[in-house]
Amino acid sequence: MKLLKLQRTMARAVMQPLTASEHMQRKAPDGRTMRSYASRFIKPNDRLTSFERLEIYNRQYWFRLFSAMSEDFPGVRSILGDRRFDAMCKAYLMEHPSRSFTLRNLGSKLEGWLQKNTKWAGKQQKLVLDIARLEWADIEAFDGEEKASLRTEDLAGAAGGNIRLQLQPYVRLLDLQYPVDDLLLAMRKDDEDRDFASNAFEEHRKRKRVRAVAKLKPGAVFLVVHRIDNSVYFRRIGAEEFAVLSALRRGKTLAKALDAAFRKSKMPLSELAASVQQWFQNWATLGWFCQPQKKPANS
Amino acid sequence: MPANKFNGFTDYGIGIGLRAPHYDHILTRKPVVDWFEIISENFMIDGGRPLQILDQILEQYKVVQHGVSMYFGSAEKANREHLRRLKDLVKRTKTPWVSDHLCWGSVDGRYTHDLLPMPYTFEAAKITAQKVREVRDFLEVPVAVENVSSYAEFHVSEMTEWEFLNEVVERADCGILLDVNNIYVSSQNHSFDPMTYVNSVPAERVAQIHIAGHSKYRKYILDTHDHPVIDPVWKLYDRAIHRAGHTATLLEWDDSIPSFNEVHDEAKKANKFLASSVLATAV
Repeated sequence: MKLLKLQRTMARAVMQPLTASEHMQRKAPDGRTMRSYASRFIKPNDRLTSFERLEIYNRQYWFRLFSAMSEDFPGVRSILGDRRFDAMCKAYLMEHPSRSFTLRNLGSKLEGWLQKNTKWAGKQQKLVLDIARLEWADIEAFDGEEKASLRTEDLAGAAGGNIRLQLQPYVRLLDLQYPVDDLLLAMRKDDEDRDFASNAFEEHRKRKRVRAVAKLKPGAVFLVVHRIDNSVYFRRIGAEEFAVLSALRRGKTLAKALDAAFRKSKMPLSELAASVQQWFQNWATLGWFCQPQKKPANS
Repeated sequence: MPANKFNGFTDYGIGIGLRAPHYDHILTRKPVVDWFEIISENFMIDGGRPLQILDQILEQYKVVQHGVSMYFGSAEKANREHLRRLKDLVKRTKTPWVSDHLCWGSVDGRYTHDLLPMPYTFEAAKITAQKVREVRDFLEVPVAVENVSSYAEFHVSEMTEWEFLNEVVERADCGILLDVNNIYVSSQNHSFDPMTYVNSVPAERVAQIHIAGHSKYRKYILDTHDHPVIDPVWKLYDRAIHRAGHTATLLEWDDSIPSFNEVHDEAKKANKFLASSVLATAV
């Protein structure tokens, strides 16, 4: 068997989902028995059959991926529960196996996938989508690129409605329907306190927190996931401020971004002007704007 | 012999893997450590805390890069994005050499994130060596390939694992990261004499040595890096450095990670063997 064919044959078996009892399936991807499939290319030894040797890799593959997903999406796991989360991950990973050299990107398509595959969250679909978005934004904000920041004085000198301000790549803007930022922070606090409480008590406390949030009436929460000194923070902002930042992120000019934000605003004009000044001061202090990329000189 | 072209003519001592639970200890206590090995993929990112910590470490320590997903043995071509990011990191760390595993793990663009065993065939050796050369030429630093622990063997194999390793490194003219724990684990899983393996490796190509612990199950041994090094592995290490000389040595401890001092103390046990290898050379 040539190298590529052997690798395809083995990968198909390794990436095939485990049974409910976390063992390799009896049926191979090509419909034959897995015993026959495995024995075609793997040698048995005096202790293990070909099937058992292949099963070691099959189990390692899924355990590693489940572990990575659990680490990246503890909030989604808490809402769905352990068994449903694992089943959801299995379905997601069957459709979106890793195509990156790093496990960091494993959950990059989860939110979009959950939007299409509504059965996993049921009545809690919006809550699950919110927390999946927040947890992915948290990953992006943690190790996203940071460009040279614009300072307050740079912004002052950048007057003019046609300017296009660029947000730092690591800054993520989320419009949510549930206060999942509070939920996630509370869960992290619970994990920090784990030393002082039993696992069962911790799980009970997490479930209680999830139930409390799920009972809330959906309402708009505008959140910026950003970082200061390389630590990730969640900052809630108002609708108008969020609209300006979102428009800037989409590449709108400052004038258009402000116009879009204020068109629907009920804020009095005098208040808006003062607010805008304060927002820009805050954004510059937090380093959310970066130097625009220089256009190549005409030659 | 230990400082050779495969490790950039360096003479590193005993290092340990740089792992997140030890960051605070290292940055605040500044312990004396010969060098740290980093998992390249953990730092092939755009920004944030991991790179900030790496830069702080680089200010005070020597760092060597070790990868887990180059998959020299995969039949498909190397991932260009992977190579580009790896080269950026090489420039940042100024690593004297780069290592990754003699295995495969991706096919048709899908990654298993595992170190899957090679079929020991001449075709596989040729493909693997070609990729090692391409990676080395692109990165412009020496490359060392590491033997992996394995749990399966293939019908198509035409040679032993050590013959395959020799075939690849000779064809690629590259270094070896000799993992004596992996040799032990595979020897138990495939019933061969681990000392034969160690004695068959071209000593002049050994750029670095890995030592680690593992977990024993009823029918096989799993390479888990979550225990101290056992005596039979120290014995293989002793033999390896008697053949290769005072070689850069690294202890891997990746799961159930104990305190920094515990890991470092375990690594420093290698000193005893290194000292005797120096004596043997002097005599």
